[in-house]
Amino acid sequence: MLANSTFMGYRRENGRVGIRNYVAILPLDDISNAACEAVANNIQGTVGLPHAYGRLQFGEDLDLHFRTMIGTGSNPNVAACVVIGIEPIWTQQVVDGIAATGKPVAGFAIEKHGDITTIAEASRKAKEFVHWATERQREECDIADLWVSTKCGESDTTSGIGSNPTVGNMYDKLIPMGICGVFGETSELTGAEHLCAERAATAEIGEKFMKTFQAYQDDVIEAHKTTDLSDSQPTKGNIEGGLSTIEEKAFGNLEKIGRNVSFIDVLGPAEEPTKGAGLYFMDSSSAAAECVTLMAAGGFVVHAFPTGQGNIIGNPILPVVKITANPRTMRTMSEHIDVDVTGILTRELTMDQAGDKLIDMIIKTSNGRMTAAEALGHKEFVMTKLYRSA
Amino acid sequence: MAIPQLLVHNKSDNVGVVVVENLKAGDEMFCVVTEDNSDFTLVVKQDVPIGHKVALADLTKGDTIVKYGEDIGRVIAPLATGDHVHVHNLKTKRW
Repeated sequence: MLANSTFMGYRRENGRVGIRNYVAILPLDDISNAACEAVANNIQGTVGLPHAYGRLQFGEDLDLHFRTMIGTGSNPNVAACVVIGIEPIWTQQVVDGIAATGKPVAGFAIEKHGDITTIAEASRKAKEFVHWATERQREECDIADLWVSTKCGESDTTSGIGSNPTVGNMYDKLIPMGICGVFGETSELTGAEHLCAERAATAEIGEKFMKTFQAYQDDVIEAHKTTDLSDSQPTKGNIEGGLSTIEEKAFGNLEKIGRNVSFIDVLGPAEEPTKGAGLYFMDSSSAAAECVTLMAAGGFVVHAFPTGQGNIIGNPILPVVKITANPRTMRTMSEHIDVDVTGILTRELTMDQAGDKLIDMIIKTSNGRMTAAEALGHKEFVMTKLYRSA
Repeated sequence: MAIPQLLVHNKSDNVGVVVVENLKAGDEMFCVVTEDNSDFTLVVKQDVPIGHKVALADLTKGDTIVKYGEDIGRVIAPLATGDHVHVHNLKTKRW
């Protein structure tokens, strides 16, 4: 199976490889969504990325906003990008950030022009970019060029038994072949944080992880909680699926990083890995759309998403491959699932076989096969906001 | 090997997970420990849905529930072997 260790991808100007070829229409801020959606509607082959934020943010929260915007436009699944914002200065800042990749990018500011003129000018540029992008050809790439992210959702106990260790098995096989991987969900490691820290490549990286974990506990959970969080973590869906406590959920969650690999760095939200091939931890919310959006902004091009009860999430630029081991979910929601590993529960499928099945689907997806979430039109693009605006 | 009704992650666990639908009170379950493929049988005391846990030992208030060989919370109501284990008798030690 691993003899088939190449795929057909789009090699970008900076050497990174994408598996999709989007022209993104990216609003800098909430009030530019209407213009972006109009451009995306005018020009076929583009994808509009409306979101809720971008005004009066400051400090670390503003840094994260820019990092997410620039990271999204820079993702190798994006061939070219149009940025529209209300003001020219911040718009240009995002344009310049994306331009560092070498890909075509253009910015448009609405002030002093109005929506209609901006939409007309941005649509002409978007059309030019679509022609350019669709002239790009897929070429044979080594599997080491894949950046594969993971995050699970609507987990249940079958996630910990089946679908999460399937992802872990995939990482145990592909990380040694030179891919980049990432896991996150800081709050959902609660109870298993000691085991996670032990999986760091060095004691120093383990300490960095514990510091990040503790900061989330102190600044987010302890600062805002009104109960023991049993109403939110585990979620109602998790509880329906049999998960009783955050600790139980966390041990299942950690199954996604396999048995053998260690993580080599701790990334901030939406931060791009810079230490080469290997597994990374990204500080992130455990809410599916927020987490996947951050990983896409970090430069990951294909996502492995194990689910128990059936989380239906997708992302507009990062194909999300769904895996389940739950036979009831397979029976009632099969249109959302790409990889069926229910055989793990009946002991008819080994973990090794399940991992191979997932790798096979990752390669197919990388070659162009649409995921269930793509076919069903799931495009959840959700920015993470750290605190209230000024 | 027969198809199991209950899977247990680790030898030291005191709960297992129901992995079939329509399990009824009084059913004798074929149980497998995935760590070493050892097996045993156990009678379930209530109707337990797929994905939910069953106690493998008698437990009293304050005891620790062990799954994956790890502490996943504390018992808040007494449990007998074969009982359904969930939020009514198991609670987090965190937060």
